[in-house]
Amino acid sequence: MDNIAGTKSSLSWAVHISVVALVVLWLIPTVGLLVSSFRDRDAITATGWWLSPFSVEQAYRVQPELDGVTEDNGYSVLEGNLFGAEGSGEVSGFGITARAPNAASPGQVYARFNVDVEEPDGTIDDTRLELAYPVGSDPAFPETDDDGNRILTDTAVLDRSLEAQVNGDFRYVSEGELRRAPSLYVTSLSPPRFSLENYRTILFSNGMDVAFINTFTVTIPATIIPILIAAFAAYALAWMDFKGRGFLIAMVVGLLVVPLQLALVPLLQLHNKVGIGQSFLGIWLAHTGFGLPLAIYLLRNYMVGLPRDIIESAKVDGATDFQVFTKIVLPLSFPALASFAIFQFLWVWNDLLVAKVFLPSNSESWVMTVKIADDLLGSRGGDWGILAGAAFISIAVPLAVFFTMQRYLVRGLLAGSVK
Amino acid sequence: MSPLVQGLLTIFIGVGGCVGYFFLSNLILDKVIFPTRSENPGLNINRANLVRPWLFLFPAMAALGLYLVYPVIGSFWRSLYNRSGDEFIGLGNYMTMFSDDGFQVALFNNFLWVLFVPASATFLGLLVAQLTDRLKWGNIAKSLIFMPMAISFVGASLIWKFVYANNADIGLINALRDFFGAEEPLDVLQVRFWNNFFLMFILIWIQTGFAMVILSAALRGIPEETVEAAIIDGANPFQVFFKIKVPQIMGTIVVVWTTITILVLKVFDIVYTMTGGNFGTEILPSYMMSYMFRDDGRATAVAFVIMIIVLPVMIWNIRQARAEMR
Repeated sequence: MDNIAGTKSSLSWAVHISVVALVVLWLIPTVGLLVSSFRDRDAITATGWWLSPFSVEQAYRVQPELDGVTEDNGYSVLEGNLFGAEGSGEVSGFGITARAPNAASPGQVYARFNVDVEEPDGTIDDTRLELAYPVGSDPAFPETDDDGNRILTDTAVLDRSLEAQVNGDFRYVSEGELRRAPSLYVTSLSPPRFSLENYRTILFSNGMDVAFINTFTVTIPATIIPILIAAFAAYALAWMDFKGRGFLIAMVVGLLVVPLQLALVPLLQLHNKVGIGQSFLGIWLAHTGFGLPLAIYLLRNYMVGLPRDIIESAKVDGATDFQVFTKIVLPLSFPALASFAIFQFLWVWNDLLVAKVFLPSNSESWVMTVKIADDLLGSRGGDWGILAGAAFISIAVPLAVFFTMQRYLVRGLLAGSVK
Repeated sequence: MSPLVQGLLTIFIGVGGCVGYFFLSNLILDKVIFPTRSENPGLNINRANLVRPWLFLFPAMAALGLYLVYPVIGSFWRSLYNRSGDEFIGLGNYMTMFSDDGFQVALFNNFLWVLFVPASATFLGLLVAQLTDRLKWGNIAKSLIFMPMAISFVGASLIWKFVYANNADIGLINALRDFFGAEEPLDVLQVRFWNNFFLMFILIWIQTGFAMVILSAALRGIPEETVEAAIIDGANPFQVFFKIKVPQIMGTIVVVWTTITILVLKVFDIVYTMTGGNFGTEILPSYMMSYMFRDDGRATAVAFVIMIIVLPVMIWNIRQARAEMR
């Protein structure tokens, strides 16, 4: 539509923007998973992955060591750094109670006083008052407390106080002797943190390595064997003349859509009867059988399109069908073979149904999809970091195959659907 | 023996066996049964050529027969027996199944899936195919939208679990709700009826790329003259698209539509990983899996119902194939 005068520029902008929007929409979920897989579980539940490049505000409790407590006028004084000896970060708020963990900002003192108040009817009572004030200045008491009682400022006695700086240096003052480590509450900005920790956990202590190898073990034979069997059959259906050829082709086309579900129960019974049972051999055979219709269909469609002259002149020169097949047709059909190989590889690698039915249900023979669906999602349902890591391990290989061999995949799709 | 070694051995035996079978069987046919060096070589060559196709076809046909044809009959037969398989109960499994609430829910949901997923995926695929048609970076865009095709249904479900998570700090949906002022996070997978659609989005997300690739090739195949003629006659871009292009690729649209429909009837992974069939999201394939290993009679009955739903498409496919061969 390049040549529609006048409408081009506005329309092409709209096209660009809508394609960008669609692509972003399509990518966001995967990017979310990828980013999450590099964050630890606390970070994942603390902030959304879309905020992960930014510093995270985290609130936590610190219990400093009691070494180096000094005494000053009946008060214990403890000084140190809230982040510990080697830590670093940026304090954005602190407090001394779990109720108000973020009551003061750095550069302030947060203190609790015991103070007398005068109730409206004149009786004197005592209460506690917590407030924040700048370091070095006097606390500014309010006129009244929350209940409306007048505060008698002169009676205020410091109970305990905490002052903290942005870099984490603190000074804690408490009445009497400090016996236990005090609980201090800090909110700090910690820089974004990404690590391979999830991958390490999942691969080395969760059995995902076994599942990964199992997936490979299932996939490779289940990809290679059907190709060979199908190639011979496809050649016969494409280039040999015999009675019943049309019927067989129609049968293959019909079998393309047979739901796998139908095959599960009878085949498992059959496998049990002949002694294969639930095993790797069983799943290879099953995948071979299930992959054949598509393989034969794709390869036949491709082989039919090969130039008749080449094949006929080879036959005139005395080549047998077997020679024509191995020396001419097979090498020429490489693109179709590659297409099917990729299809079958992706399909077997990603399969859950066949693996659940035809493989033993013990954890040594779990493939990755089963491992994720039946084990991780159940027992680790809340550990998002582990889940993200596992998912990414399982989709990494198909994605690599996809991006390197997309050409063949597309070609295969087209051969299979468009006529 | 570790499975990996076993796997390598299987490749070796499988590949070697196949090659050996084809080579030896042809050799025996040509040298022993119908030797060409005999009194009437012409007749023998002809005879050998009558047998040879079946040598080529035998392994494939045996596997197809055993792994796809036999199960259709075997499943139907099994579905006529009771749970333990020792008593013939006719259509008993079908009767109890049709009166089961769970089955009705699954059937209804499957109906929604079949309506909604192929339609949306085909529509979106067509949209992207058309939009990227003349774009310089169209191939990159297409490749990215095609990418979910490589991801397993389980992987895709996990990806979307993060989007749907019942926590405004993990799930994008709840983050958006939070942004627009919602108080409490909402577990979208527990919202009755609509949760089905949230599960369907996952499959649409995967299948749009498939539809796009095929429809984009079909769009490229449209003769340029028809489009140019329409433009000269003053058609606007929308008219060109809906009145010139779409009618010409209607056949391909139907193929894409039916292919996705068939797929929808088979996919149990998404429901299984996302909700386990709870909260009214069961569909036929997952309903079947819930009976697998427990009640084979019922499981095969469900499978056979799926087969019957697929049957019209199968017949249509076969007809198309036969028409082409003529």
